[in-house]
Amino acid sequence: MYLTKEEERILAGEFGEGTEKALELLVAIGDAYDAEKMIPISRAHAASSGQEGDLYFVELLANGGARCKVPTSTNPVYDIEYFDKLFDVPKDEGEVARRVMDAYKRVGAILSWSCVPYLAENIPLYGETVAFSESSATPYVNSVIGARTNREAAQSALAAGVIGKAPEYGLLIRENRKGTDLVKVEAILKDEFDYTLLGYYVGKRIGYGIPVLKGISRQPSTEEFINFCAMSNVSGAISMFYMPGFTVEASTVEEAFQGDVPKDKITVTDHELRQACDELQTTSGGIDFVMLGCPHYTLKQLGDVARLLNGKKIHDGVSFWVCTSATAKVLAKRNGYVGVIEKAGGHVVVDTCIDEPCWIAYKDKVGMTDSPKCAYYRRFKEAIVARLEDCVEAAIKGRWG
Amino acid sequence: MKSSEITLKCHKIIGGYGEGEALVSHEPICFYLTDPKTGVVRERSHELAGKSLANKVLVFPSGKASSVVQIDGLFKLASNVVAPKAMIVKDVETVLIVSAFIAKVPLVDRLERDPFEIIHTGDFVKVDAAKGTVTITKRKS
Repeated sequence: MYLTKEEERILAGEFGEGTEKALELLVAIGDAYDAEKMIPISRAHAASSGQEGDLYFVELLANGGARCKVPTSTNPVYDIEYFDKLFDVPKDEGEVARRVMDAYKRVGAILSWSCVPYLAENIPLYGETVAFSESSATPYVNSVIGARTNREAAQSALAAGVIGKAPEYGLLIRENRKGTDLVKVEAILKDEFDYTLLGYYVGKRIGYGIPVLKGISRQPSTEEFINFCAMSNVSGAISMFYMPGFTVEASTVEEAFQGDVPKDKITVTDHELRQACDELQTTSGGIDFVMLGCPHYTLKQLGDVARLLNGKKIHDGVSFWVCTSATAKVLAKRNGYVGVIEKAGGHVVVDTCIDEPCWIAYKDKVGMTDSPKCAYYRRFKEAIVARLEDCVEAAIKGRWG
Repeated sequence: MKSSEITLKCHKIIGGYGEGEALVSHEPICFYLTDPKTGVVRERSHELAGKSLANKVLVFPSGKASSVVQIDGLFKLASNVVAPKAMIVKDVETVLIVSAFIAKVPLVDRLERDPFEIIHTGDFVKVDAAKGTVTITKRKS
């Protein structure tokens, strides 16, 4: 790979060990993909996780004096002080989370602790080159926004944020952004949950690729796009997709395939969506918890929960959690949504994700969620996946089915 | 019987030198699904189930699973000194590169011959990533 004089000086350690290590990682990735050079990026999102591998790398950079050169946001970890009051979080796990959060602060990241930073804290525009990790953020940024990012790991995204550059390969190059699989959607997509099921099904059928979906009959909402992105990366690895007419980069199916439209196609009817739905409803009976907000709920979704819970009382045996970003919670509080949810007995919690050790109290419990991604992490004995309305109803009754 | 030695060119991804007994997997590897204390593969249906990756030169087609668990998995093996000594892979992707980088395990690809034909479990393999060479001493039979 071609390196500039300045890049060579960084690798020689002239700007400190943190910056050196960041570039060393990016060069290794560039070499592996035969990238010709590094190109500037305008922002990054590091999928921080609060685990040991994550801690090692962010401390290596922070202790080595590195600072983010471009806006670099962070994924959820968890606030140990908040959870310590509620559950018995293992001491060593809590300490890892605390150190991770401290190191991201020292490295100069945006402390968003959100998995949907493209909505508020770190927003790419059409055509920007960025480095966004988090499997649900990568396809959103590539497809819905039309910025360009590769499927990054937390560490490569952080390194790119520190250097302000990324190796030029993969989805940063137009020719590699062409569709691979044609998906004909005949199913009627009514709500956010239908997009969850569509994403889950498409990911499972395609695995790794760039699907082009035709037949979508109306403009999907932000939340519907978020669900499609997240769930297609639970059952598969979809870093980009097209819905011509609704996503920005290609206005026709032909354009999405760069003229090379495949003959074979996958067809999705109501039957496939129903099947996906049945597959996710693994059990019935009494439930111990409801977990919403994977990915983080938007302000609109917090409003939906508040409307469904207004004047109701969550069953005594059920804990009810909604995960969201700190930004959305501020406004949800102002709009009265948080008050309604709390009055009904629920919690609106920020900065965390269901895939964190802070939820250890639910290890042997059965609960419900509207997110297959939440169920997939297996932090619980069982998590039944159903529509938001069904989750709320079950929370009030204390049972499902 | 006299053992034969063969040296092949390869492509460096993560530098360094590592040598040890070869362990060949035809299936993708998820480091998270190994015992972090011993390096033994815990994935029951895996062809390497029950075998340890510790101090081996691992030959495998690709990594698998989400970035967080994969990276954390190899990092834990390295912390407990039971990571592979070097890795020879066929299809590389970003997550595997990051995993090898933070665990400091030499990683190479593009061996000039098919690694699954030329290397067998039990052979002695030296990986010199910096020089871009892999030296194989066939197991004595």
